[in-house]
Amino acid sequence: MATQHSRSAARLMMAPAVVLLMGWMLVPLTMTLWFSFRRYLPLRGGDLGWTGFDNYVRFVSSSSFWPSIQATLIIVGGVLAITVCFGVLLALLLDQPMWGQGIVRILVIAPFFVMPTVSALVWKNMFMDPVNGLFAHLFKFFGATPISWLSEASLASIIMIVSWQWLPFATLILLTAIQSLDSEQLEAAEMDGAPAIKRFWFIILPHMSRAITVVILIQTIFLLSIFAEIFVTTQGSFGTRTLTYLIFQRVLESQNVGLGSAGGVYAIILANIVALFLMRIVGKNLDA
Amino acid sequence: MGRITLDKVSKSFGAVEVIPPLDLTIEDGEFVVFVGPSGCGKSTLLRLIAGLEDVSGGQIRVDGQDATTVPPAKRGLAMVFQSYALYPHMSVRKNIAFPLRMAGLDAAEQERRVTEAAKVLNLSDYLDRRPGQLSGGQRQRVAIGRAIVREPAAFLFDEPLSNLDAALRVGMRLEISELHERLKTTMIYVTHDQVEAMTMADKIVVLHAGRIEQVGSPLELYRTPKNLFVAGFIGSPKMNFLTGPEADRHGAHTIGIRPEHIKVSNDESCIWRGTVGVSEHLGSDTFFHIHMEGQDTPLTVRAGGDVELYHGDAICMTPDEAHIHRFDANGLRTD
Ligand SMILES: Nc1ncnc2c1ncn2[C@@H]1O[C@H](COP(=O)(O)OP(=O)(O)O)[C@@H](O)[C@H]1O
Ligand SMILES: [Mg+2]
Repeated sequence: MATQHSRSAARLMMAPAVVLLMGWMLVPLTMTLWFSFRRYLPLRGGDLGWTGFDNYVRFVSSSSFWPSIQATLIIVGGVLAITVCFGVLLALLLDQPMWGQGIVRILVIAPFFVMPTVSALVWKNMFMDPVNGLFAHLFKFFGATPISWLSEASLASIIMIVSWQWLPFATLILLTAIQSLDSEQLEAAEMDGAPAIKRFWFIILPHMSRAITVVILIQTIFLLSIFAEIFVTTQGSFGTRTLTYLIFQRVLESQNVGLGSAGGVYAIILANIVALFLMRIVGKNLDA
Repeated sequence: MGRITLDKVSKSFGAVEVIPPLDLTIEDGEFVVFVGPSGCGKSTLLRLIAGLEDVSGGQIRVDGQDATTVPPAKRGLAMVFQSYALYPHMSVRKNIAFPLRMAGLDAAEQERRVTEAAKVLNLSDYLDRRPGQLSGGQRQRVAIGRAIVREPAAFLFDEPLSNLDAALRVGMRLEISELHERLKTTMIYVTHDQVEAMTMADKIVVLHAGRIEQVGSPLELYRTPKNLFVAGFIGSPKMNFLTGPEADRHGAHTIGIRPEHIKVSNDESCIWRGTVGVSEHLGSDTFFHIHMEGQDTPLTVRAGGDVELYHGDAICMTPDEAHIHRFDANGLRTD
């Protein structure tokens, strides 16, 4: 039981952390907002004063804006679909008793520990290279013409790379969810006449719904801001310029901090819209 | 119909033989209780009958048909699990209707059977709740409801009352017995609690380390236990066992006498003497733990509620000779 005294002591103890976190969040946010209303060109005159909503208007009216939103949503949606579907399948598979279970589980989780830049480079040079890549050799072996993945199927390639990185995370969370299912429920369903596929649909999947929600929410947060994979592979060309990448180009390639900051504010808005939709669709799974 | 025959059924997990080959017949409409201490293989035996475990040897027949390799859903048996195993994301209505839905019954028939089961089990007001919003007793009834809508050949219960508090347990015991009276369906009920076994069973199967020690009606087991294990397991408080000169006098290695078959008094003209240790006053009865010379464990004796004897009092006991059970050196009943 918290007494008055211990409660105020707790507040005092927590204060440094809260202040630090608030500062951590508020300072960049305020700076972004500040710059977004200023004409700031570091290499072409520096801070040139207020411009009102000019940056905002210019950012949206650019021909790359809507394609970048589209690319962002396609990548997020595609990766979510792949990781959740395959995550569920892999989790079901890993839950089965089998020989070498421990090793297999570690192998499945391994990609999560590879840095995004490294994995993107490995994919780009070892798998997707149209001349020396493994896929190219495979295609040639079967007599097909190799695809140059990153230019011909650029979005799909990026979705594949990012899915490979995030699949372990989804699998791990979904596996723990499956393992927490009371086996008597499955046995009861079996006695009630439900074959394996119906047991999956009526018992296992509803049981995992909360974990799936968590996977979707957490992954969305990270996927909205993927950058390294695009930077290393396509540099934003071939329709892979996401909102994050567009902002990067505005700030660093065009050296327009004001315009980029306005884009950052749009990114915050986009993230909130996506979050709103997600909470509407899957958020109810988190109640109760 | 629900006549279940086990023919030399055995079960091993790896190298461990949990159930050595055993034979057992359960007649149609019978209420059979498997009772035994924890870990003796009751659940395993029930799961073998249900089909949730494969037998290692032998044959299981349901109504004369070989069911040994028939999958659980096709055996026509319904099971109520110790944890209830309700589907937490479905309403009570959907839980009860689940087996019907899996069987492909049309919606009207499902609704009719669910309503009927809910009426029988007093669940009509809770049909739209989730299992998480129900009390233990109500959950238990939902689990039973899910079993009865299937109209199975036999019900299998695995310690269904062990998660309930004592008062509810007595109530549910009666309800299950009443259900059996009404449905007249075969029921196999697993418990470690001999009181449940005594009060509910038509036939009790006493299990010990996977072996059947004795099969019989509750009173048969109470009156003529075949061996020391059954004698000690059935009856509450436990039967007293005496060895040494007292047993020799009766021509046995061990003699057993139940607490209710010993009279206590203060007078001098008695056979057994002792001093009162702990006494438990229940109001209606009093249980005395009496220390006797030459016996390691104290004797338990039941006396009326108004017998006033206290710790340290000398006491005189007269066993009812007609109720003395005699066992030989192997622990088997001799008469
Ligand atoms: N799946 C299993 N694998 C290995 N041993 C088991 C398994 N299930 C039960 N056992 C063993 O079989 C014995 C009987 O278990 P059980 O039938 O659950 O006992 P009860 O229900 O009478 O308490 C126990 O010793 C238990 O350890
Ligand atoms: Mg058990």
